Amino acid sequence: MIPPSYTKAEASGIWVFLEQESGRLEGVALELLGRGRQLANEAETLLSGVLLGSDVEAAAQVALAAGADRVIVAEHPALAVYTTDAYTKVVGEIVVERRPDIFLLGATPNGRDLAGRLAVRLRTGLTADCTGLELEAETGLLLGRVTGFGGGVVAIIKCPEHRPQMATVRPGIFAPPELTAKPWGLIERVPVRLSRHEIRTEVVERALHEGLDLTKAERIVAGGRGTHGDFGPLRELAALIGAEVGATRVAVDEGWIERERQIGQTGYVTRPKLAVVCGVSGAMHFTVGVEAAECVVAINSDEEAPIFEQADYVIVDDLFSVLPSLIKQVRALESG
Amino acid sequence: MNAMRTPHIAVCLKVVPRPEEVKVNLETRTLDRANARQQFNPPDVNALEFALALREKHVGRVSVLSMGPPFFAEYLKLALAVGADTAYLLSDRAFGGADTLPTSYTLARGIAKLGDCDLVVCGEESSDGATAQVPPGIAEWLGMAQVTYGSDLEILPERWRLKARRELKGGHEVITVPLPAVVSVRVGANEPRFIDFARLTGEPLGVTVWSAADLGVDPAMVGLSGSATVVAGVDRAETVERRRELLTGTPEEKARTLVERIAVYLARGTRPDGAAASSPAAHA
Ligand SMILES: Cc1cc2nc3c(=O)[nH]c(=O)nc-3n(C[C@H](O)[C@H](O)[C@H](O)COP(=O)(O)OP(=O)(O)OC[C@H]3O[C@@H](n4cnc5c(N)ncnc54)[C@H](O)[C@@H]3O)c2cc1C
Repeated sequence: MIPPSYTKAEASGIWVFLEQESGRLEGVALELLGRGRQLANEAETLLSGVLLGSDVEAAAQVALAAGADRVIVAEHPALAVYTTDAYTKVVGEIVVERRPDIFLLGATPNGRDLAGRLAVRLRTGLTADCTGLELEAETGLLLGRVTGFGGGVVAIIKCPEHRPQMATVRPGIFAPPELTAKPWGLIERVPVRLSRHEIRTEVVERALHEGLDLTKAERIVAGGRGTHGDFGPLRELAALIGAEVGATRVAVDEGWIERERQIGQTGYVTRPKLAVVCGVSGAMHFTVGVEAAECVVAINSDEEAPIFEQADYVIVDDLFSVLPSLIKQVRALESG
Repeated sequence: MNAMRTPHIAVCLKVVPRPEEVKVNLETRTLDRANARQQFNPPDVNALEFALALREKHVGRVSVLSMGPPFFAEYLKLALAVGADTAYLLSDRAFGGADTLPTSYTLARGIAKLGDCDLVVCGEESSDGATAQVPPGIAEWLGMAQVTYGSDLEILPERWRLKARRELKGGHEVITVPLPAVVSVRVGANEPRFIDFARLTGEPLGVTVWSAADLGVDPAMVGLSGSATVVAGVDRAETVERRRELLTGTPEEKARTLVERIAVYLARGTRPDGAAASSPAAHA
């Protein structure tokens, strides 16, 4: 066994890494606070958030309203933007000092970058990219559900001896909690010992598409190779019904649409009320990203397309003849 | 002086079963991958391509490295045929059953034994389970800087740094890190070249095999005994039962029926999240 940094007996509490961007909590941080609260109640333990940044008081307040018993805040100008070295050092030191039993992080690019490195620094196990979290009845161990092999299989993983039990969780899996007007938790500030020399990464440029978050979209109109690069009718329908446009990886790789709009195993897992999926074959890699949709409409010219197995409403037709009619009908509905 | 330096680039390659050919045996709760054909983990092919392209620009050499059973050697020969200079297979019964903690440790020990690696290139994640944690793990064991979800890799020879574009949630950044460094690259981030079959059929392509003893690792730190996680069970992914109602008629008629069916979802700003049970399309 690779010796852990602390023992089971010394560990307690459930922690959530509160990823933020420009002082705003990531959606998945809130989702994890929601699920973390339920698990903490079940285990009769405390729920803590760990928040790093440079001016994050407001985000800490939101985390308390989301149900944290405590938010550990580490503020430093060099923590404003995520870098592996700074975040691993600061989070690692706090964990070793305070010894949580469970530590949950969002499976975002930065969350996974941090989790992978931190797990080795702490010499512990990490269950990556979970699509479900439970506690094992007899032992109270964290059970992470992990989909593999294109989504057809789920493995249930646990970490019996090493602490903390780390897991990253995909955005969009858990519903965000209601925010309470009367939070009961406390903010605890910790000193940060960090010098710029310890940070090897130099950030040359950063570009964020403000506001686009497919995991929060209530409606999605998604297209694949069947659009042949013309997302025009999909965009028009999306604008009309207040939907975001999503895409398969093929459409993204073809350069027809931004990567931020990719749905699926290597894209975003969405949970809209309505997903209208056009010209998409329905590979498991894609469908895991719309599985949580309340209602799925599939439009595909091939009646054998596997996507129809995953659809509530099946339209076997050319998307370029159906979408214009659909747009006309929806317009009529709105004005009527 | 640094401008004269040529990089030694290591590429970590993994061979995985084709995902669509892996079956779950629900009785034994195990995966049946014995009958699945194998392939390179898709993003690892992009990693190799980046390494070869960097070598074209900066000279230097490319070593490929894999941890796995003896048959992986045949795949490493393919990597040699594509253009890698040397290939190493870390293979030992003791390495079996490793989760990402001992896997990253073993690969890190292999890279350390190569001696003078300036850059380690990995695929962003493997398609068969272990997701995205091995590259940062290798970086941590070796004390190297890391870049995950990278593309557009460049070596800045005057500064001896790696420059890369890195995907962020809802955007990207361009960063540089000092060499030596570990970088993981996205699947599809470049166009991999084809295999040079002449190289495959010409001189014998050698793969060096290193055992646990060769690496000098403590058997308790590798394989199953070095793992921190255990698989408590496997399951088939639960699938949602959908209505699968076929809409018929002309495109106009189909569109009209659809609008009737989904009207409830078109009204803006309605119910809170997750109220699936209250919907008329509740899945039976
Ligand atoms: C490790 C890995 C990860 C992956 N991750 C993802 C992921 O996150 N997301 C993802 O989407 N994919 C992912 N993929 C790729 C995935 O396996 C599929 O290749 C991809 O989803 C297929 O995209 P598509 O449906 O657009 O294209 P295709 O499979 O080519 O399907 C196009 C469909 O359009 C239909 N069509 C054509 N013309 C029309 C028309 N005029 N009107 C209506 N229908 C039409 C065709 O009948 C066909 O069914 C991944 C693959 C791997 C190996």
